[in-house]
Amino acid sequence: MRLEPRAATSLGVNLAWGAAAIAATLVFTSLLVLIAGASPFTVFYLVARGAAGSQFALLETLTRATPLIFTGLAVAVAFRARLWNIGAEAQLYIGAVMTVVLGTGAIQMPSAGLIPLIMMAAMLAGALLLLGPAVLKTRLGVDEVVTTLLLNFIIILFVSMLLEGPLKDPTGMGWPQSKRVIAEAQLPRLIKGKRLHYGFVLALVSAGIVWVIIKKTVLGYEMRAVGHNAEAARFAGIPVNMVLVKTALISGGLAALAGFSEVAGLKGNLTLDLSPGYGYTGIVVAMLAMLNPLGVVVAAIFVAGIFVGADAMSRSANVPSYIAQVMVATALLTMVTAMMLMRYRIRWRR
Amino acid sequence: MDAGSHRQAGTVLRLAGITKRFGTLTANDAISLSLAKSEVVALLGENGAGKTTLMNILFGHYTADEGTIEVFGKPLAAGDPHAALTAGIGMVHQHFTLADQMSVVENIVLGTVPLWRPGYDRNAARARITALAADYGLTVDPDRLVSDLSVGERQRVEILKALYRDARILILDEPTAVLTPMETAALFATLKKLVGAGLSVIFISHKLNEVMAVSDRVVVLRGGRVAGERPIGETSAHELAELMVGGELPTLGVAPSRPGAVLFELSSVSTPAMGGQGLDGVSLQLRGGEITGLAGISGNGQAALAALIAGTLQMTGGGIQVGGRRVSGWSPRTALENRIGRIPEDRHATGMIGDMSVAENVISEAYRSRRFSRFGLLDWAAATRFAASIIKAYDVKCPSPAARVRLLSGGNMQKLILGRALDGDPDVILASQPTRGLDVGAVAYVHARLVEARDRGAAILLISEDLDEIQVLSDRVVVMSRGRLSTASARGERSVMQLGQLMAGHGLAAGDADAA
Repeated sequence: MRLEPRAATSLGVNLAWGAAAIAATLVFTSLLVLIAGASPFTVFYLVARGAAGSQFALLETLTRATPLIFTGLAVAVAFRARLWNIGAEAQLYIGAVMTVVLGTGAIQMPSAGLIPLIMMAAMLAGALLLLGPAVLKTRLGVDEVVTTLLLNFIIILFVSMLLEGPLKDPTGMGWPQSKRVIAEAQLPRLIKGKRLHYGFVLALVSAGIVWVIIKKTVLGYEMRAVGHNAEAARFAGIPVNMVLVKTALISGGLAALAGFSEVAGLKGNLTLDLSPGYGYTGIVVAMLAMLNPLGVVVAAIFVAGIFVGADAMSRSANVPSYIAQVMVATALLTMVTAMMLMRYRIRWRR
Repeated sequence: MDAGSHRQAGTVLRLAGITKRFGTLTANDAISLSLAKSEVVALLGENGAGKTTLMNILFGHYTADEGTIEVFGKPLAAGDPHAALTAGIGMVHQHFTLADQMSVVENIVLGTVPLWRPGYDRNAARARITALAADYGLTVDPDRLVSDLSVGERQRVEILKALYRDARILILDEPTAVLTPMETAALFATLKKLVGAGLSVIFISHKLNEVMAVSDRVVVLRGGRVAGERPIGETSAHELAELMVGGELPTLGVAPSRPGAVLFELSSVSTPAMGGQGLDGVSLQLRGGEITGLAGISGNGQAALAALIAGTLQMTGGGIQVGGRRVSGWSPRTALENRIGRIPEDRHATGMIGDMSVAENVISEAYRSRRFSRFGLLDWAAATRFAASIIKAYDVKCPSPAARVRLLSGGNMQKLILGRALDGDPDVILASQPTRGLDVGAVAYVHARLVEARDRGAAILLISEDLDEIQVLSDRVVVMSRGRLSTASARGERSVMQLGQLMAGHGLAAGDADAA
């Protein structure tokens, strides 16, 4: 078996392989469901119903999708320029830290001023956190995969230290958690009495802005040029290192917004389980979206839906909700394979 | 030699009716080719004529849609890269496939020893290699590291590698492209010894005089088909050229130059190594209205010189003057600001971004100007118009400005690069291997545009490994060897052999380096 590049990609081929990827995902997870002793059809139905079968389910899915949109955008922006930011998790947490530092009473002002201020500070913190790896990469050639990945552990331990020390809530019965943000620092709920908050709107707006940056601006053009062929970009006079640094700032800022939005919109305080790996899942979301910022919204809702749906499903069917992780992982693998097959054709040896 | 007698000696390789299609493109269209014992067949054709596809099919990298291959009377399994090797066919690629950090012996033995055997008889291997080398005049020290060898020596190692594996049929892909005239002569002597010992050779080339010198029979490919087949005694270089092109040859009349002021000057510039060699105190003046040709064997510092002028390599010493002013902080952007148009050596790696569109590529040097962007927003309409104007002016075959550059042929890509580099009539033009890999039509086009730029007063540096190209275009020729430049000679002042001597590094006194 060998791969030959296709002369041109066609919509039909792309759709066919996309459909094949979804089918393969369903078939593979069906097998696991069968092993678990349940009917795949029932399980898939329950997942779909749990993700979008009611207003509650749908709002829950969108709520869960919100941080994934931010981290997905962060990864998509960075990967476009071939800056391998694996550290969205750390940037998310540093954004959350800034939110509780500024939002728990240190500054008193109306929401209209406080929320943008906190947002800016969170983005700045996330941006600066990725600046280090970006400068190490451009100046010394240090692999950013290693530095950003390892920074995740450093930052999470740092947050743990903060929650046991300076940021610890004195009224928290000894739990490692921060004080709650004041009312003026909270993002309002979209629908009264539901969990979905304005962070989701902010995520949609961010996706739109990132789309404009990538498609319409000089910086987006530079980022894509650097990502596709850094040597040619450098030859043409594009300041490759500066572009990578700017990309890092944007990417880090976007990931930090996930932390800001989770704390200010949903949780109200910072705990060590603020993110169940949203930074890493953001990589999955960005890849599923083929690094398209608008696709990130769709992919984030899809992935969130599977997680939310699987939680609901496991309550009624006797299948562990871990099936969601398997489904998402399988979907990623089949989609990445499908994306390659959209560009290459398989030749079987006779 | 008489071709007929060789056929009677027995056919060793027969390709019959080979057809290979890629989508709508037919790369090979019913190509038949036979090779007799002790025969040298030249496979002649422009780039894109189907030579490489045919050889890829022979070596199992592609599977032919139609047709059969027979080696020594037995059919060859299709699509199996090992089948050709085990059947006794050896190939010497244009780009060598040697491990730099291993010795000659190790490189040759590599892959012939089964994986499960922990060691090999080094002395026996060494003795066999020495014997083969002596038999065929392939002098090379078996114990040296490949990284220490010259290009000519590396090629000999590649040939020894094939012979060590008992190849009876040897395929040489553009073997002389990297050689000096003297090394080429030595290679031809080796080929004579090989066929004398009963081997057969397929010699792939587009250089007519070499084909005439070395082969018994010529098969000319054009547009994927056999355009003609001639015993060498019954044809001429002129006829072969016409078969290759499929009509009258385009001719380029170059009028005498009218040199103007010095527009660009390097004074004792040194650089770090690039492509194996850096610059070592190079001084060079480029005058307006003049094409300066820089000849040399690949890897002697041309890459470093081109990168330096393009702005991607920093110098460790010396200075650059543009239009008489010393420029500091040299970079791709300062080069562009100083009105230097640059045609890079490698279209795919450096010149174009394959996964971006034609429009995105042609604005890559000017996207920052008010012409293509305002307030950080790109003006895609202006970019598309610019791309369309280049497509029209340079006759680029491409569906639209939105087409991905990866899908274009090399010639069309080069036209886009020309259009981008020559936009705004630059004062100085760096043309590094501007016609490598292009077909004759595209070559003529590129040449004409360069001469046109010269005639309007631009100073042009033409870096090429093709001596013919240098001699046709250059008003002044300098030769680069081991990071140094020879003195300049006027058009026709030095013979090919004299230039070859300089290319090989002979007669290049230390003092000469500063005199250019």
